[in-house]
Amino acid sequence: MSGLQVSALCVSHGAIAALRAVSFSVEVGQLAAVIGSNGAGKTTLLRALSGLNKATSGSAQWSECEMLGARPDALVRRGISHVSEGKSVIPELSVKENLVLGGIWRNNKNDTNAAIAEVVELFPILGQRMSHSADTLSGGERQMLAIGRALVSRPKLLLLDEPSLGLAPLVIEQIFSTIDQLRRKLGLTVVLVEQNAMSALEIADIGIIINLGEVVASGKASELLDDPALRAAYLGY
Amino acid sequence: MQKLLETLLIGVSTGSIYALMSLALVLVWRSTRVVNFAQAGQAMLSTYIGFEIASRTEIFWLGLAGAITAGALLGAGVDFFFMRVLFKRAVSGPAAVVAPVIATLGLLGLIRSIVGLIWGGEFKSIEAPASKDGFTIGQTTIPFSALNLLIIATVSLILITLAIIFQRTNLGLSLRASAYAPEIAQLAGIKTAQTRTIGWAIAGGVGGVAGMLVTSYNFLSPYSLDLLLVFGFIAAVIGGLESMVGSVIGALTLGIGLTFILNYIGTSLVFIGGFAVLIVVLLLKPDGIMARGKVRRA
Repeated sequence: MSGLQVSALCVSHGAIAALRAVSFSVEVGQLAAVIGSNGAGKTTLLRALSGLNKATSGSAQWSECEMLGARPDALVRRGISHVSEGKSVIPELSVKENLVLGGIWRNNKNDTNAAIAEVVELFPILGQRMSHSADTLSGGERQMLAIGRALVSRPKLLLLDEPSLGLAPLVIEQIFSTIDQLRRKLGLTVVLVEQNAMSALEIADIGIIINLGEVVASGKASELLDDPALRAAYLGY
Repeated sequence: MQKLLETLLIGVSTGSIYALMSLALVLVWRSTRVVNFAQAGQAMLSTYIGFEIASRTEIFWLGLAGAITAGALLGAGVDFFFMRVLFKRAVSGPAAVVAPVIATLGLLGLIRSIVGLIWGGEFKSIEAPASKDGFTIGQTTIPFSALNLLIIATVSLILITLAIIFQRTNLGLSLRASAYAPEIAQLAGIKTAQTRTIGWAIAGGVGGVAGMLVTSYNFLSPYSLDLLLVFGFIAAVIGGLESMVGSVIGALTLGIGLTFILNYIGTSLVFIGGFAVLIVVLLLKPDGIMARGKVRRA
C-alpha cells in the first residue's frame, strides 16, 4: 500500500521515551488527525516524520520509501512539507520572501511564482501584505503564511502541527475549513496534529489518539467522535 | 574647515576597510553563532597569496582576485572541515558554546605559524594600485590620496554587490533564512549546512579584500592584520553583531572617530579611543546602535 505507513516508531529524548511503538497508516488523499493532550508526543511524532528529530527505532514510509534518517530538506524534495509548531514563519523576512523560500529548492522561478499566485488565491489577505515584514501579521495570517509557504513547495504529504494554537475561535474555524478545502482540491495527504480534537476530527477521515507516547485508539474519525468512552477519556467534551 | 574635511575623508577610507572585516565577522556570527577570531589569520594567509600573485604579475588587481579566491576557499574549508565536525561532536552544554570560539583562536595561531614558516616574519609590501600622494587642491596638498579614493570605491563596489546578492537573489534569501531560522529554512527545503559554508566563503573572500587593501598602504606580516580584526570586531559590536548594515555604519563611525582622535588629539590615544567606544557601546547599548529595543524571537 502506498501512502504513509508508520510502524513501531520509537523516539527518545535522552532517557525519556517520547514515543513508544507508534503505528498507523494514512492512505493517499486522506486527512489523519492526531489527537492528544499537551506532552502526549504529537509534536515529536511530526518532527520525527519530517527528519527534525531522530527516531530510535521503527520505520515510516511514504510511497513505499523510508523517511526516517533523511534530512528535512531531502524530504521536502520527496513531497513532504512540515509546518512546524507555533506559526513557522521567519518574522525578519517579508511575506513574499517567506513564500519564495518554499520554492527555492525547485529552482524554477516561473513555477514558484505560479505556486505563490495559487497561495494568494487561497489566502487573499497575504496578497495585500506581500512586501510587509512577516512580523506585522496577525496570528491567523502568520498561520496562513506558514501553510502557504509549505504549499509553495508543492507537497503531496502535508504535516501540520497545531495550526489552531493561540488563534481566536473564528480564525480557527476559517483555518480548518481552508485545510479541508485545499486538501480536497490538491489531493493532499495530511497529518494534522491537534489539541483541538473536535474541529480536527470533523474534517478528518481517520483519527489517531495518542496519550503518553502511545496510540490508545485509532479509527474512522466519525466513529471516534461518536464513542462516548473515548470522548470522556481523551477528547474532553 | 579643511582639516575637518580631510579627517572625514580619511576616516571614511579607514572605516570602509574596517567595514569589510566587520562584515566578515557578522556574516559568520549570524549563520554559525561563532566569533571567528581565525578571520584575521584567514585574511592574512589570503593576503600573502594575493601578495605573491601581485608581486609576480605586477598587477594588483590579479592579486586582489587571488586573495578573494583564496579567502573564499579558506573560509569554506574552515566551516567544512572544522566547524561541521565540531558541531557534530560538541552538541550541547558549555562545550558547544566555548569549543568553536577556542577552535578559531587555535586556528589563528596555526595559520600564523604556517605563514611564518613559508614567508618568514619580515615585512612585505605590495605595490599600491594608485598613488599614495595626497591630492593637491589649489596651493595645498591634503593627505587624502588617489589610493584612499580607490579603497572607498572598491569597498563601495563590494558592498553594493553583497547588498544585491543578499536582497535580490535566492542565494541571499537562503543565507538570510538559514541565519534567522535554520529549522524553518530546512523545512522549506534549503540545504542549510551547504548554505552556511557559502556564507563562510563570502566572509572569507571579503576578509581577503580587507587584507589586500590594508596592505596596499601598509606592510604585510603574520601580525599585520590583528589590529584590523580588533577594529572590525569593535565595529561589529557597535552595529549589534546581527546587522550587516549596522556593521558598516559601525565601521564608518569608528573609522571617522578614530581619525578625529588621531588628527585632533594624538596618535597615542587612538587605541584607547577604540576600546573606550567598545566599552561605552557595550554598557549603554549592548545590542548595538541598530537595536530596535525589541526582543528578537529565538
